[in-house]
Amino acid sequence: MRTVIFRAIAPYLTSLMVLFSIFVLLRGHNEPGGGFIGGLIAASALAIYGIACGVEPVRRAIYFHPMGISAFGLFVGTLAGVLSVFAGVPFMTGLWVYPTLFGVEIALSSVLVFDIGVYLVVVGAIGSIALALEERDRD
Amino acid sequence: MAGKSVGLEDLSVAFVMEPLAAADWLIPGPVVFCLLVGSVLLMLRKRTDLQPLIAIPALVVLCAMTLGLLAHVVVNGTVSMTMGRWLPPFGISFTVDAMGAFFAATSSLVALAAGIYGRGDVDHSGRRYGFYPFLLLIMAGVLGAFMTGDIFNLYVWFEVLLISSFGLLVLGNERAQLDGGVKYAFLNLIATTLFLIATGYLYGLFGTLNMADIAIKATELRGTAPLMTLVTLFLLAFAMKAAAFPVNFWLPASYHTPKLVVSALFAGLLTKVGIYALLRILGMLFPVEREELSFIIAIVAALTMVLGVMGALAQNDIRRAMGFLVISGIGVMMAGLALGSPAGLSGAIFYAAHSMVVMTALYFAIGIAAQLGGSFMLSSAGGLYARSAVLAFLTLMLFLSVSGLPPFSGFWPKVVLVKASLDVGAWWLAAAILVTGLLTTIAVGRIWALAYWRPANAGALEQHAAAQSLPAGAMAALAGLVVLSVGAGLWPEPVLVLAQDAALGLIDPSAYVLSVFPGEVPQ
Repeated sequence: MRTVIFRAIAPYLTSLMVLFSIFVLLRGHNEPGGGFIGGLIAASALAIYGIACGVEPVRRAIYFHPMGISAFGLFVGTLAGVLSVFAGVPFMTGLWVYPTLFGVEIALSSVLVFDIGVYLVVVGAIGSIALALEERDRD
Repeated sequence: MAGKSVGLEDLSVAFVMEPLAAADWLIPGPVVFCLLVGSVLLMLRKRTDLQPLIAIPALVVLCAMTLGLLAHVVVNGTVSMTMGRWLPPFGISFTVDAMGAFFAATSSLVALAAGIYGRGDVDHSGRRYGFYPFLLLIMAGVLGAFMTGDIFNLYVWFEVLLISSFGLLVLGNERAQLDGGVKYAFLNLIATTLFLIATGYLYGLFGTLNMADIAIKATELRGTAPLMTLVTLFLLAFAMKAAAFPVNFWLPASYHTPKLVVSALFAGLLTKVGIYALLRILGMLFPVEREELSFIIAIVAALTMVLGVMGALAQNDIRRAMGFLVISGIGVMMAGLALGSPAGLSGAIFYAAHSMVVMTALYFAIGIAAQLGGSFMLSSAGGLYARSAVLAFLTLMLFLSVSGLPPFSGFWPKVVLVKASLDVGAWWLAAAILVTGLLTTIAVGRIWALAYWRPANAGALEQHAAAQSLPAGAMAALAGLVVLSVGAGLWPEPVLVLAQDAALGLIDPSAYVLSVFPGEVPQ
């Protein structure tokens, strides 16, 4: 798979996919998308980069071990639920704040934090499997 | 999309409006705590020295939380919290009754013992494979299953504990472990799939997954819906999870392969989650169908206990023998389910809690014995009494407890169950329980006589000339569990009362329903 064309395009494709995955993650609250599907797109971006340029550069690029990313996602997702302790409402209740930035209202919520957690869990778990399989391929 | 957000005028149409008491946080608390600590430990996977230092105090806190929850439930009755504040049955409810709280407290004590024992048993490479993170995550699954009030959510917690158990089972990636792991994974996946199919079917019939809601609707649907098919599917799925005969073969095929502490944890907790689900779904939600099936369940129970203990009699590997004893105990609990009377169910609940503690402790005991004697094989073991009288003494107490002899914790639930069987005229079920007790005494007596009484043969002694000292942490974990078993045997009154409360809560679920739907008139 290490053709010149693929190797030349892979970095652009990967960055585009990661960007798109974040877009999908953020639009997920009211429209199709969300943490799970965004995470899958980001994990496939990592997989493509791994196929084109080898697994080692990918591992260097994401710096943390994929399992660590996944664990961090689980932590963030759970904490998003725990936030409702401070509001005195049951676990996992969605909490909203509406700050206005340059005249545009931005709706932020604990649901979004949870979704980011899901995104990280999926990136970490699927990325970990994909990278392990690609490494196995070289043996 | 970018329009100004507007709030809902009247929140009470969608939301639970009642204010929360601080004690209500004990309901999701243990599960959330396990997930948080588990994920932190997973991030610190490489810091193998730190892991037990975080995990063991965390497990102590977990025990405090579940014991607090148990006290809360005993004082205030069944408590419930619906996630996301949505009105049930649309939100997922966590509903904790006496049975759930009792099992949750017992299982977290067992997990604490496993965490302490694991410090010596799991080496640094095992910790890097994630023993402690998996321990916390499996506890999240087990506790979630005990506490949830939603059948699909129950399925999710089964998955959580199953995935963590796969990880624990192959800790170390040895050939035998992978072999055992594949059998375990495959057969458990079949059971999980059956469970999922049954859940889909249930949702098709009822249009709800909330257990309290199902309890309300079952009465009116009983005439028209094919509930027998549904309940039989659930029975098969959970019997497989609980390792009841004839779908028990995955257990002896896999439980002797992993690290000893993992076997201990599995023997203590996993099959009991299956029993819990049987008690909850057959005992509480579908009592009429359970009554119809009771003869079949009773036959399965009798065969499970007798064939289980016969398997234990035939083994040379002590770990395998223990696996068969786990199965035999499952039969005793199923007998209580088959009876379905308050006494029968309370016997099953008491026996399940006893089995969690004693089976885990038994695995610990043989693990320490194998460290001293060098082998799990009965043919070569010997001289353990001479090596450590303390260990031999603790093991003997556990052996007597698992056989159901007084004054240990196995005695009382068996008395209750035998009496309950005789009350309904099921003399053969009572006989099966008594014969199983006798055969268990012979099976463990054989292990005791060969591995502990018999003098060690000279060769083995040479090999282990440098007799290792007793591992202190492991002995403390073992002793703690033995104290629990002896305590419940000598002073059974509180446990009996608790089990009785739990059983009554299953037979009359109105308190359960009221905690989820305040104001609903139960039928």
